[in-house]
Amino acid sequence: MKSFNRRQRALALLLFALILLCAVTAAGIVLSDQAMVTDFSRKNLAPCTQFLFGTDWMGRDMFSRTLTGLSLSIRIGLLTAAVSAVIALLLGSASALLGGWADSVISWLIDLVMGIPHILLVMLISLAFGKGFTGVVAGVALSHWTSLARVVRSEVLQIKGAPYVLAAGKLGLSRGAILRRHMIPHLLPQFLTGLVLLFPHAILHEASVTFLGFGLPPEQPAIGVILSESMSYLTTGKWWLAVFPGLALVGVVLLFALLGDQLRRLLDPASVHE
Amino acid sequence: MKHRLIFTGKKLIRMALLLLGVSLAAFLLMSASPLDPLQTNVGQAALGTMSQEQIAKLEEYWGVNDPPLQRYLGWLGDFVRGDMGTSLLYRQPVSQVIGQRLQNSLWLMAFAWVFSGLLGLTLGILAGASRESWGDKLIRGWCLLISSTPTFWLALVLLIVFAVWLGVLPSGLSVPIGVDAASVTLGDRLYHAILPALTLSITGVANIALHTREKMIDILESDYVLFARARGESKTSIILRHGLRNVALPAITLQFASISEIFGGSVLVEQVFSYPGLGQTAVNAGLGSDLPLLLGITVVSAAIVFGGNLIADLLYGVVDPKIRRGAARA
Repeated sequence: MKSFNRRQRALALLLFALILLCAVTAAGIVLSDQAMVTDFSRKNLAPCTQFLFGTDWMGRDMFSRTLTGLSLSIRIGLLTAAVSAVIALLLGSASALLGGWADSVISWLIDLVMGIPHILLVMLISLAFGKGFTGVVAGVALSHWTSLARVVRSEVLQIKGAPYVLAAGKLGLSRGAILRRHMIPHLLPQFLTGLVLLFPHAILHEASVTFLGFGLPPEQPAIGVILSESMSYLTTGKWWLAVFPGLALVGVVLLFALLGDQLRRLLDPASVHE
Repeated sequence: MKHRLIFTGKKLIRMALLLLGVSLAAFLLMSASPLDPLQTNVGQAALGTMSQEQIAKLEEYWGVNDPPLQRYLGWLGDFVRGDMGTSLLYRQPVSQVIGQRLQNSLWLMAFAWVFSGLLGLTLGILAGASRESWGDKLIRGWCLLISSTPTFWLALVLLIVFAVWLGVLPSGLSVPIGVDAASVTLGDRLYHAILPALTLSITGVANIALHTREKMIDILESDYVLFARARGESKTSIILRHGLRNVALPAITLQFASISEIFGGSVLVEQVFSYPGLGQTAVNAGLGSDLPLLLGITVVSAAIVFGGNLIADLLYGVVDPKIRRGAARA
């Protein structure tokens, strides 16, 4: 059997995770109408070949509900992680490049945001935006940028004083050229990895806040809503209402973690050849 | 000694400023909320049947019409004097509500915090010491799985297994139903706290175990460990003498920094198990637009988090001689 090297294996795993996530997202969008269909002739069915994840007390197919919820989670995760990463990039590099009082203010802001327990902060921001879709997106996006901002800040500080950047300045390169040719190529891999590793957190916090009742409205088949509804039926033995949707969510989060890990391996030359 | 006091003083001032910022941020967020407290607590139908005077009275009670700045300054003035206001939902002083709930939560969090810290440290050292073995892979895989699992779902699964299928543990609350408060024993309380505490502990392990593992690997590759090996020290002795001492410090810092996560976890776990703690109260306060209570809880929890960070900073200085001297010079 022909053996593949680390780089090829990393690429294969990355593609595998990416394709699976795209498939789940697409399937969720396709199945979203089916997820709302109620049929009282088939309510409370345990998992069987026709209904893989069983049906709920209104006869809704849990499989299509779960996929729709996952698809929603992934899309919200992409949106919030992207917004968060942009905030982190702007504030982190501003803090490092401007220095002085701007640096102190931004560092103070980071400490402030990190000081309020995450869930509580997402709850508060979601309330400020009137809950629902806007609330949960704003809440997750505005609370997850802090650690990436710190990474960006220390990276920029480090390259700002690096010999090759100083030498480029002495050689008469403009600041724009230094930024484009020497700073961005160095920052980009770190930033991309940080961005992908934000997804798992964003998705988990979206589901948690929705579960608590501060996120997506109850009529939407989000994972948080499905699990929160299932709570009233657990003591009567309807375990499939909670077990499968949650397990599927864990799977998606793991796929994102895998994606981030392989991306780091591919982008960071040192770790591929370790 | 003097520089330690100055260091502590500076940290305390910074902490006070951060707390002020937290209270202002929380207040602004809550007063920016478009949700009408009357709608959420009284309901559309009831409001329709009420007279104008009644509605005006309710609006006054929920403080809908006062300008935000005036409300915040009033709250701050009272807070400095030790009065956190009155909860609108519970109709009790906020400090009293928080005090009661915090007692319930504190035991839960303290247990989970200590237990997950010790377990995480042990697992991390074991995994780091036997790198790439099946035990290491198992621990790493388990940590990855745990950190990808939503806390509330883990709580639900444990509830299904232990309370519904096996029926050995209660499914919720902190005391048995139908027993008056005086006859509740400590045993009852512990019995009801097992599942929430277990869930919280499991979720807390992943982070510290992975971090300790990385540190341990770094240490085992260092020159002084190579030298110790060359002198003929056994693996156990190297791990206990060189590994544990160097790994303990970052682990302690990390564990103090994780208080915020444990608090976040307790909000979810208490919600699932209907455990009457601070987290559940925060959710109720948020859903019911109870501004004084939610503000109080936010400030108290932020104070706990900052306090944890402060203790970590101070401990670091006390335990690590390098930092102690560095602080003296600075």
